[in-house]
Amino acid sequence: MTEPLFSGSEWSYEMIERAIQECAIIAKEELHLDTYKNQIEIISSEQMLDAYASVGMPIFYKHWSFGKKFSREQDLYQKGKRGLAYELVINSNPCINYLMEENTACTQVLVIAHAAFGHNHFFKNNHLFKQWTDADGIIDYLVFAKNYVAQCEERYGEEAVEQTLDAAHSLMMNGVDRYKRPRKLSLLEESERQKERVEYLQQTVNDLWRTLPSHAQETPIEDVKFPKHPEENILYFLEKNSPVLEGWQRELLRIVRKTAQYFYPQYQTKVMNEGWASFTHYYIMNRLYEKGLLTDGAMLEFLQLHTSVLWQPAFNSPYYSGMNPYYLGFEMFQDIRRICTDPTEEDQEWFPDLIGKDWLEVCLDAVANYRDESFIRQFLSPHLIRKLRLFLLVDDARLEEYQIGAIHDLNGYKYIRTTLAEQYELEEWAPKIEVTEADIKNTRKLVLTYYRRKGRSLSDSWLNMLINIKQLWGHKTVLQTQRGNVIGEDG
Amino acid sequence: MADYSIIDRRKNPSGKNLPNRQRFLKRVRKYLREQVREAMNTRKIKSKDGTDISVPGDGINEPSFDYDRSTGEWERILPGNKEFGVGDSISKPPNGGQGAGKEGSNSGGGQDEFRFSISRDEYLDLVFEDLELPDMIKKSAKAAVAFQRNRAGYQVSGSPSALDLVRSLKNSLGRRLALRRPSDDEIETLQMLIDTAEGEEKQKHMAAMEALLRKRMVVPWVDPIDMRYRRWENQPIPNAQAVMFCLMDVSGSMGQVEKEIAKRFYLLLYLFLQRKYDKVDIVFVRHTEVAKECEEDEFFNSQESGGTVISTGLDLVNDIINKRYPLDAWNIYVVQASDGDNYTSDNEHVINIMQTLLPKVQYYVYAEVRETPQQTHFTYGVHDTAVWTIMQRLAEHFPQLCHIRMDHVNTVVPTFREVFKREINQ
Repeated sequence: MTEPLFSGSEWSYEMIERAIQECAIIAKEELHLDTYKNQIEIISSEQMLDAYASVGMPIFYKHWSFGKKFSREQDLYQKGKRGLAYELVINSNPCINYLMEENTACTQVLVIAHAAFGHNHFFKNNHLFKQWTDADGIIDYLVFAKNYVAQCEERYGEEAVEQTLDAAHSLMMNGVDRYKRPRKLSLLEESERQKERVEYLQQTVNDLWRTLPSHAQETPIEDVKFPKHPEENILYFLEKNSPVLEGWQRELLRIVRKTAQYFYPQYQTKVMNEGWASFTHYYIMNRLYEKGLLTDGAMLEFLQLHTSVLWQPAFNSPYYSGMNPYYLGFEMFQDIRRICTDPTEEDQEWFPDLIGKDWLEVCLDAVANYRDESFIRQFLSPHLIRKLRLFLLVDDARLEEYQIGAIHDLNGYKYIRTTLAEQYELEEWAPKIEVTEADIKNTRKLVLTYYRRKGRSLSDSWLNMLINIKQLWGHKTVLQTQRGNVIGEDG
Repeated sequence: MADYSIIDRRKNPSGKNLPNRQRFLKRVRKYLREQVREAMNTRKIKSKDGTDISVPGDGINEPSFDYDRSTGEWERILPGNKEFGVGDSISKPPNGGQGAGKEGSNSGGGQDEFRFSISRDEYLDLVFEDLELPDMIKKSAKAAVAFQRNRAGYQVSGSPSALDLVRSLKNSLGRRLALRRPSDDEIETLQMLIDTAEGEEKQKHMAAMEALLRKRMVVPWVDPIDMRYRRWENQPIPNAQAVMFCLMDVSGSMGQVEKEIAKRFYLLLYLFLQRKYDKVDIVFVRHTEVAKECEEDEFFNSQESGGTVISTGLDLVNDIINKRYPLDAWNIYVVQASDGDNYTSDNEHVINIMQTLLPKVQYYVYAEVRETPQQTHFTYGVHDTAVWTIMQRLAEHFPQLCHIRMDHVNTVVPTFREVFKREINQ
């Protein structure tokens, strides 16, 4: 008879250590999870609040917007309007997991299974994270960023730094490379590169240049298009090409851009990441129970915790706030397992590739090679659509009424699946805006083009955005539609 | 193979976000000031809570490119269908589908207002930043002093109860060794020699014994010189507690406006004292012809009819001080708000009681509150009330008495500042 991990609700270090070991056995031997080394950190609730405000990162540069976020979270928490997350995990190597001291023993085990193994595996294996983030270097980079921003504040004044950061922050969603893959840089290389950039700038400053007489244009200006191709990474474009930014300002833009890039995979894999972590904790907790490592009481507590997070309120429920990524992801992975092991006739028709396959292999492959959009497009089954009773609501601004476009029936499955998948595309909520033209030879006019999607206009915030971009570009800035209709301009 | 590590971070300082929060507060300072000023009107004097602040979005907006939810086509997948079939139409909510817009926006671009709370300390800082007071606090709050007995080494004389045995016996031992006082052992050995020896030998030993015994007489086992007594010293400790008396005439002649003005002054002084002292008690005393101690709500809100006998209030304050607030433990502040009316026959008594009361208090503010009626503009000068004249006269002898006039809510803060400026100059 095995001794259960704990009885009662108090946790101890020995218990946590044993829990990690036992979870690791199941995770490695049964689920074949491949994880970074775990660093479990016990923190208090105030520290959890702190972590919230700086997007979960242990170190971050200083900026008022984090204070604003912190004030809001603190307020909600202190007035009892919102509880704190049980866990927080950072995509770094070693993988940092925060456990709150207030958690019960059962919650701690759940969090370990969920974050230290589920999320950890996802971070290490999903292709987006592999491509876009550098788990080894992120903490170093954040230290570098923090120190650099602090130095800038000392040299150029808090206000000037704040102004640049404000403008850069607003462009965060337009500061991500979607097609190019960045080369990995260590902290050392990073700071050396930065030094080089500064030195280069110093060398190229030569007052004599200003004294040269401007001679007449020898060759007539050819209509060279710049940039050659539209640039979707506006921050990158400004960092490299803005005629007015100082070296340190470019570096600040770079820091913001780098952090945006780091978080980019998380936006795109919310459903999968949470789903996989939930699937992992559900599997591990059940196995622990079967092995006699969890008492009946602990199992009941776990199920209560599990179901209080993993549920989907209906669209007309007061608790509804969009699709619950935990629930959707969890159900999809469970569904894959079901289809592989116990397919119905319908499944055989819809997922011929999965029939008879090892469910774990399919799941691990999905974790490694998909993102939310493609995952849903590939794996959302009619079974689950029926279970969730999904339907499609079409809201056309030109019409007086909403239309029901599809429901959970034979005609609707594919339509619903495609539309839901599209909802997880970045462009569905972050408009696509690119730098299409910059007249660097003459007027220095900068043209940004908004690619209209489904007839939608930009919200009024474009005005502030234009001001921000103009501040970074320094010259006339125009925002236009793809057809060339000017939406607005500054300068 | 330890492929994990556990670190206890609970001891790490929290409040990592303090600098960020300060930056944020700095950014919204303009709005904070307004709201703090406003809060002073509605806030209860004794309130320990922070204050809710709401800031319009413009200064602290974090814009990003966003879609306008009321344009174009939006297809949304929703869970929990119960009754809809394909092709059904549902009428939109009247205000252009605002409910739908709320869900989708993630960066809060459309926020109109940002609400959060500031702590009590942050509130106080803002209040006093506005008044530019911190320096005044240092100078004006006289450090009334209490004493505490602390051990401070030893002394050679003292009461028997303070005798330190260990220290005294150490001294005694040292002296005995130094002066070679014969020990019991020595005498015992010699006695044995005397007992066993014979004849001349015995005589010699007896003589030696006599010498030893004499020496023992001369060098006593304990001498007054050895004695050490514990020494105590009275050390001054700054008095960390204060009591503030709010004394107010609540007779019919004091209107709501006057009370509002008085309340502001009370609030300011209370906040002011709280910054200076660890503990601040507040006592509300209202009076008409009779005086009564009461709670804050009753103090400001209930109206009573009757004449005004100021001395009853002063008597009660004096009583309470005598009973509950010993002078060596408390710094006493009194603010009296009055419209200056008093029964003429009472004035003599007021002077007497003030003369016993004033030496006890740290600071006494007599605030005459009168909403100036329009006609005043046509009379020449302001009539000094009888009470005012009395206070004026008393103030010549008692610098801790301060008499002020306030006629409008707006004059409270300047007056308050004036009072404490006067303090500095003295």
